[in-house]
Amino acid sequence: MATTNKLILEPGLTAKNYWRDLYHYRELFMILAWRDVVVRYKQTTAGAAWALIQPLMSIVIMTLIFGKLAGLPSENGTAYIIIVTTAMLPWLFFSNALTLASQSVVNNANLISKIYFPRMIVPASSIIVSLVDFLVACSILAGLMLWYQLWPTWRLLALPALVVLAIAAALGPGLILTALTVRFRDFRMIIPFIVQFGMYVCPVPYSSSYLHHKLITKCGEALGGKLFLLYSMNPMVGVIDGFRWAIYGGSETFYWPEFFLSIVLTAGLLFIGTVYFRKTERAFADII
Amino acid sequence: MSDTVIRVDNLSKRYVLGKHGHADGLRHVIHDFATAPIRWLKSRNLQPVLTNGIKLPPINQPDTQEFWALKNVSFEVKQGEVMGIIGRNGAGKSTLLKVLSRITEQTEGRVEINGRVASLLEVGTGFHPELTGRENIFLNGAILGMSRMEIKKKFDEIVAFAEVEKFLDTPVKRYSSGMYVRLAFAVAAHLEPEILIVDEVLAVGDAQFQKKCLGKMHDVARGGRTVLFVSHNMAMMKTFCEAIIWLNQGKMFERGLPQDVINRYLQSGTCESQTVMNLKDHPRNQGEGVKLRITQIEWLTGLPLFHSESVKARIEFEAYTDVDEATMGIGFSTLDGVRLLTYETDDPGERINVKRGGRYNTTLEIESLPVPPGYYNLDIGSRSGPMQGVDYLPGCLQIEIAPGKKTQGHQAKGGAGVRLPSHWNWENVTL
Repeated sequence: MATTNKLILEPGLTAKNYWRDLYHYRELFMILAWRDVVVRYKQTTAGAAWALIQPLMSIVIMTLIFGKLAGLPSENGTAYIIIVTTAMLPWLFFSNALTLASQSVVNNANLISKIYFPRMIVPASSIIVSLVDFLVACSILAGLMLWYQLWPTWRLLALPALVVLAIAAALGPGLILTALTVRFRDFRMIIPFIVQFGMYVCPVPYSSSYLHHKLITKCGEALGGKLFLLYSMNPMVGVIDGFRWAIYGGSETFYWPEFFLSIVLTAGLLFIGTVYFRKTERAFADII
Repeated sequence: MSDTVIRVDNLSKRYVLGKHGHADGLRHVIHDFATAPIRWLKSRNLQPVLTNGIKLPPINQPDTQEFWALKNVSFEVKQGEVMGIIGRNGAGKSTLLKVLSRITEQTEGRVEINGRVASLLEVGTGFHPELTGRENIFLNGAILGMSRMEIKKKFDEIVAFAEVEKFLDTPVKRYSSGMYVRLAFAVAAHLEPEILIVDEVLAVGDAQFQKKCLGKMHDVARGGRTVLFVSHNMAMMKTFCEAIIWLNQGKMFERGLPQDVINRYLQSGTCESQTVMNLKDHPRNQGEGVKLRITQIEWLTGLPLFHSESVKARIEFEAYTDVDEATMGIGFSTLDGVRLLTYETDDPGERINVKRGGRYNTTLEIESLPVPPGYYNLDIGSRSGPMQGVDYLPGCLQIEIAPGKKTQGHQAKGGAGVRLPSHWNWENVTL
């Protein structure tokens, strides 16, 4: 008997080969992601066009309300709609990923209770779905850039890295919320609030520099600065600022310390999410 | 030593049955968290003071209950062995399979497995109704642990086995239930792991397809693969398995040769010996036992039943709504669930209109029981009019039919179905 496939099961020992297992189950991961992508727009007449229509509507409405009615300023002389789009696309990716991931394990209860695989595959594959939607929606941005004759610079090369950062930012809290939803279905009700509320604490209809300026003038240099630092702890602030910088140069001052804070927090949340998920996933089949 | 592929050592699995079930709400956790300091103070300070150092049982009795689904189970399975696991419902069979297939974690004990395991706890796990047959083959294959290459190689074989060629590109939600099950089983049947874990999945499809599945399982078993197998179908267990483990209330009760263990299992408490059997709280499918509920059956002529002798039984039932033209019936089925014989009030045309809140009974008299000696599942059911079932308890009881005074030697063996009186005329046509 070959000893290569030897498997020992002991209470609390499942964690040992976890990462090797995760690699071993990569085909299942890919096929589950593929399933989720294919199924998402099945039996809809517009099909994958929904991935364009939804963000487009949000962008248009937000531009009309905040740009035209409320008169929020643009920055860098860029059209206001570009400001909104560069933030709306990563934000929608984040909120979709969070919503889909948190429901994913519960929605796949039949799999969880009948088959073994590293459970992390399930929320991860739903993040792939949001990523595909995001990539489709990026064509809106491309269209707008053409229209406004906004030619990309070398900074566009940073975009893939920023997408990775966005994935990490969604995966960390996503894993925590997934594990919590398995145990407490209350989170099914809570997550829509988080997502709805979250958009306003992210620089979507305004730019970070606008907020910075407002905070400094309203609360003074010291307090305003501190508040801005607190604000920047939101991982998506870094991602959105990065996107704007990559597309049109962003604000004249890029808030580097705040950006790094954002990255550190993303990494921290990812770490906590992974640890918490792994700690609870062993009991998923029992409590789901 | 080297040919042991599964070694299970003192395996135990505990479930905590909370007052609020498993998915206890956030509220309780917050409550527990908020009251934790108080409980802590109580346990640390107050109790010793109040009791002068005598330890009293804790004030806060936990509102949870422990339940050991498995307790100290140990066994070994050798390379190429086909091992059956039997036991009554709730004996821990499924939990054992779930631990071995890593779906859930044991509380204590150790398991050692040598080889690639595939587990088949359900037919069609992960099938997605929106996807086509073709897509589902790849999805389900991957879920069961086949690689893409493997599935591609066996694709045609799977399709042919399932007999769904024409519907490959139709979403499976449009499939008939038979086609669905055939496709699902076909994928599973083409798994080629070193160790296969199977839970009661062969009871699918129509009779013809079942036969095909059984044939396939035979091939698997003969192919030198190690198989762990749970079923209530004792006839199948006898033909497939080389060894049987009998679980009883989470503990290992016996291990041995199929013939011996299965016979002892059937003769043990599994067959009813009490002449009055309560059926009121027996689980039903949805919608059954709602309008009218069968509450009890009493064997007036005692148990076991005897072949070729008279049987008298009284069935009691309650009506929760008015039911027109209610009928009552019992059926004898083999342990594999094949019905051999049915007695029904409808046969002599007896129906009754029952009133809401009423309690009724009906007494069945059989002059001579034609079912040969053996062990049988008893099905009990009730209909309203010719078509509409109102209560049904298939296989709710296992009963023994013993040879009677008139049973002849050749009839005592069983396995020939029901024997009814008949007339034969011999003729010698030799020229």
